[in-house]
Amino acid sequence: MNPAIGEPRWLRWLLCLLALAVLGVVMLLPLAAVFTEALRRGLPPALAALADPDALAAVRLTLLVAAVAVPVNTLGGIAAAWAIAKFEFRGKRLLVTLIDLPFSVSPVISGLVWVLLFGAQGWFGPWLQARGIEIVFALPGLVLATIFVTFPFVARTLIPLMQAQGRAEEEAAATLGASGWQIFRRVTLPNIRWALLSGVLLCNARAMGEFGAVSVVSGHVRGETNTMPLHVEILYNEYQFVGAFAVAALLALLALVTLGAKALLERLGGRRLAGA
Amino acid sequence: MSIEIAGLTRRYAEVAALDAVDLSIRDGEFIALLGPSGSGKTTLLRALAGLEFPDAGSLHVHGRDLARVPARERGIGFVFQHYALFRHMTVFENVAFGLRIRPRRDRPGGAEITARVQRLLELVQIPELARRYPDQISGGQRQRVALARALAIEPRLLLLDEPFGALDAKVRKELRVWLRQLHDRLGITSIFVTHDQDEALDLADRVAVMRAGRVVQFDTPETLLARPADAHVAGFLGEAVRLPCTLADGQARFAALPPLAVETSLPDGPALAFLRPVDLAAEPAGGDAPGNATVVSARHDGRGLRLTVLLEGTVLDATPAAGWAAPARGEPCRVRPLAARLFPA
Repeated sequence: MNPAIGEPRWLRWLLCLLALAVLGVVMLLPLAAVFTEALRRGLPPALAALADPDALAAVRLTLLVAAVAVPVNTLGGIAAAWAIAKFEFRGKRLLVTLIDLPFSVSPVISGLVWVLLFGAQGWFGPWLQARGIEIVFALPGLVLATIFVTFPFVARTLIPLMQAQGRAEEEAAATLGASGWQIFRRVTLPNIRWALLSGVLLCNARAMGEFGAVSVVSGHVRGETNTMPLHVEILYNEYQFVGAFAVAALLALLALVTLGAKALLERLGGRRLAGA
Repeated sequence: MSIEIAGLTRRYAEVAALDAVDLSIRDGEFIALLGPSGSGKTTLLRALAGLEFPDAGSLHVHGRDLARVPARERGIGFVFQHYALFRHMTVFENVAFGLRIRPRRDRPGGAEITARVQRLLELVQIPELARRYPDQISGGQRQRVALARALAIEPRLLLLDEPFGALDAKVRKELRVWLRQLHDRLGITSIFVTHDQDEALDLADRVAVMRAGRVVQFDTPETLLARPADAHVAGFLGEAVRLPCTLADGQARFAALPPLAVETSLPDGPALAFLRPVDLAAEPAGGDAPGNATVVSARHDGRGLRLTVLLEGTVLDATPAAGWAAPARGEPCRVRPLAARLFPA
């Protein structure tokens, strides 16, 4: 592309081919395999597998967990990014590091901490048991584990943008008489909306697809605490390949739709910013 | 609105950004805060706007103490150095912002807002830009939008942080003249920050010269130039060169210049002399006028011939003698002082 850098043409072609080959082998091929396996015996068996009550329950549960975890992480992520980008305070570095913690910790640990806290032998286990409150091996545990694992997505996408934008526009709004809420609603939020959407969609994709942490706190009760990824594993282990791949294909489809929506929104946002 | 600032102090860790600043400004004045970077001028402006809270001191605007009042309740217009326009809003919406966010009972109706924004855009001479976004207009136009936006809330006081700092020289000159005319028309008390002495001296009714968090002198441009309060102000204003000298027998004696007869209340002994280009006369060396300097450069600008000479290791600007049409680089010349401002060494 750029003659000033001056790589020879063959090198550029080689690098492009290499990238495409890696992409094809590790991304496209598996994706194609999922859909091929799901449809190996045609569409009707795949649809029948999806219509299975346990599969439907898994879909419902996955959507429910995401419906709680994503809004919580959106609000939490905005609050964290706002605090880090716009204010100076003690412990700011620590907060930034903590935000990355879910990315660096193994998902199994992310699930296990909830068992240690709220499980039967956990810190708060007896207290909760005495009151009949179920957290681990129930919906609250799944939601907590998902929130923990997907927390960084929104905060991470917003922090660099908000830091680059600085505080000047907010200060200008304040001198014009705006209250804190008005400043956030009319100045800060519109400035971050595209990045926010992109972060929310990534967070959503991960919330629906999370396996490790959720697996630890789920208990694998069919039709009750199985999310889609867990259901795929159970079916696969029972040699129900069509069912496993049908659910997997649906999950992959949800992820693809999410990514497609993200790309579309970014293009729309980009066009507005370019001022067409 | 008259402004009374007394003992205003703001510290960052150990450094005093504002060190007991006193300032008294009359209604309708156009004031410049002039000083090098780090002298506290922007901190003072931000404290006036409520974007910075002082650690001590009082700040009265028309008799009301504002020291603890938040920015949004002050009704003071602020024009930011880099404009800080709302990038996701059109020019029109930027200007309308201050009106739209008012509580319902004070908010003008839609038609009223449209009319007022239109009037403001005409006032700042950019009515045709109403539908553009900030990234689609030039720096000078953004400056006008920022000004219209600040004026929309009908401020009692207008603050401008380096209003011309980010503009190129030609636009800067135009805007300067225009801003002064606008001030005279609207009569809003205005304070602007600058590090450019020409800007301050050209534009302001009075200039507050700041250094290290203090106001060193607060006077009209004429007084500042004629009677600088101390060596710092004299050095900062005009294009004066600073030369050490010795006072004795009513004369100032320099190392490399002929002596100058002076009237001063300073005691005999070492002193500092400030000499502007017009205070130094240069003529070609030769005959009974032995050279004490050499010509470094000579160039014509709008105001005449500008001569720079090298005098014993010091580069200084001098005024060439009438009739010396074309000084050549390296030509020996003779420089003598005509006048000087003296300060204790």
